Amino acid sequence: MIPSLLAKKVGMTRIINAAGDVTPVTVMQAGPCTVLQVKNKETDGYDALQFGFEDVKPHRSTKPHIGHAGKAGTGPKRSVRELRLDDESTLAAGDVVTVGIFEESEVKYVDVSGTTKGKGFAGGMKRWGFGGQLASHGVERKHRSPGSIGGHANLGTGRNIKKGKKMSGHMGSVRKTSRCLELVAVDKENNLLLVKGSVPGPNGGLLFVRQSKTKG
Amino acid sequence: MSQQLMEMVEQRYQKESLPEFRVGDTVDVYQKIVEGNKTRTQVFNGVVIARKGRGINESFTVRRIVNNEGVERVFPCHSHLVGKVEVKRRGKVRRSKLYFLRDRVGKARKLRELRSGKAATKATKSSKAPDSKPDVQTKDAEPVGV
Repeated sequence: MIPSLLAKKVGMTRIINAAGDVTPVTVMQAGPCTVLQVKNKETDGYDALQFGFEDVKPHRSTKPHIGHAGKAGTGPKRSVRELRLDDESTLAAGDVVTVGIFEESEVKYVDVSGTTKGKGFAGGMKRWGFGGQLASHGVERKHRSPGSIGGHANLGTGRNIKKGKKMSGHMGSVRKTSRCLELVAVDKENNLLLVKGSVPGPNGGLLFVRQSKTKG
Repeated sequence: MSQQLMEMVEQRYQKESLPEFRVGDTVDVYQKIVEGNKTRTQVFNGVVIARKGRGINESFTVRRIVNNEGVERVFPCHSHLVGKVEVKRRGKVRRSKLYFLRDRVGKARKLRELRSGKAATKATKSSKAPDSKPDVQTKDAEPVGV
């Protein structure tokens, strides 16, 4: 199993080492996650682990959730996510995974997925980094406009705007993955992970942390 | 809860106690400078014109005049490269940021000294950082200013 956990973003700060180097870090509360269900090829068509993270009071949950968690011998969970596996799972329902797994497998880099902060309807400058128009030299009321969206005459059937043209529109609130973040520290006592740099989403947002696919 | 977690994490990387000094003080800052595998200590003397930030983000700004040119350096309080901060003179000031000193020339730069009162006596007693070593230069250090 690839070392992975569900986590909650706590916030960002910085740490200073003995050499005086300052590292920006994100603090995440990761796990403990209970395996609620083990999916396999025979019954479900694919191998996966279903993680439950953070207890929720039974009276705030629903009967189906309580019953499902009860099969794994635990209470209902706030967040439930799946981890796809290549092979059959070595873990069974009811097993608990903690941040210790990152230490045991000597993980150096992690990928962190989450839902980014919503920015609403954003213009081309904010959404795509367009340059906008000039501040003066006769420009009026168009300082942040995206400019030309292309000559239309010669595109296919004509009179069309190219598909996928970068324009203003809704920004944020999508799942993004920050890759290859250096794992700075693992705090088993408090279930904390410290990674270098930023991760998607607001403080308190749900994250999925896993060993980096591409590095380390 | 999350606030407490953050504080707990930050606490681990902070110094246990900081040298005592205030805005307006004229101080000697002993800074370690690492060159390859050699370390030496350099002293920066000047007036503390600002203290900013909380916890691990705390820093202070020291201003001095070098060759008729104002020089300001910002030191992170919790950096291990910043050692002892020795208070040479306490200034009597009424604001927390002394940015007005930047516009002053000549004698007007001088701050009135705080002579009596609790703060002045405190200054002479506790000005050493706990983790700073008594000897200014480490073993493999070069003479300062070479």
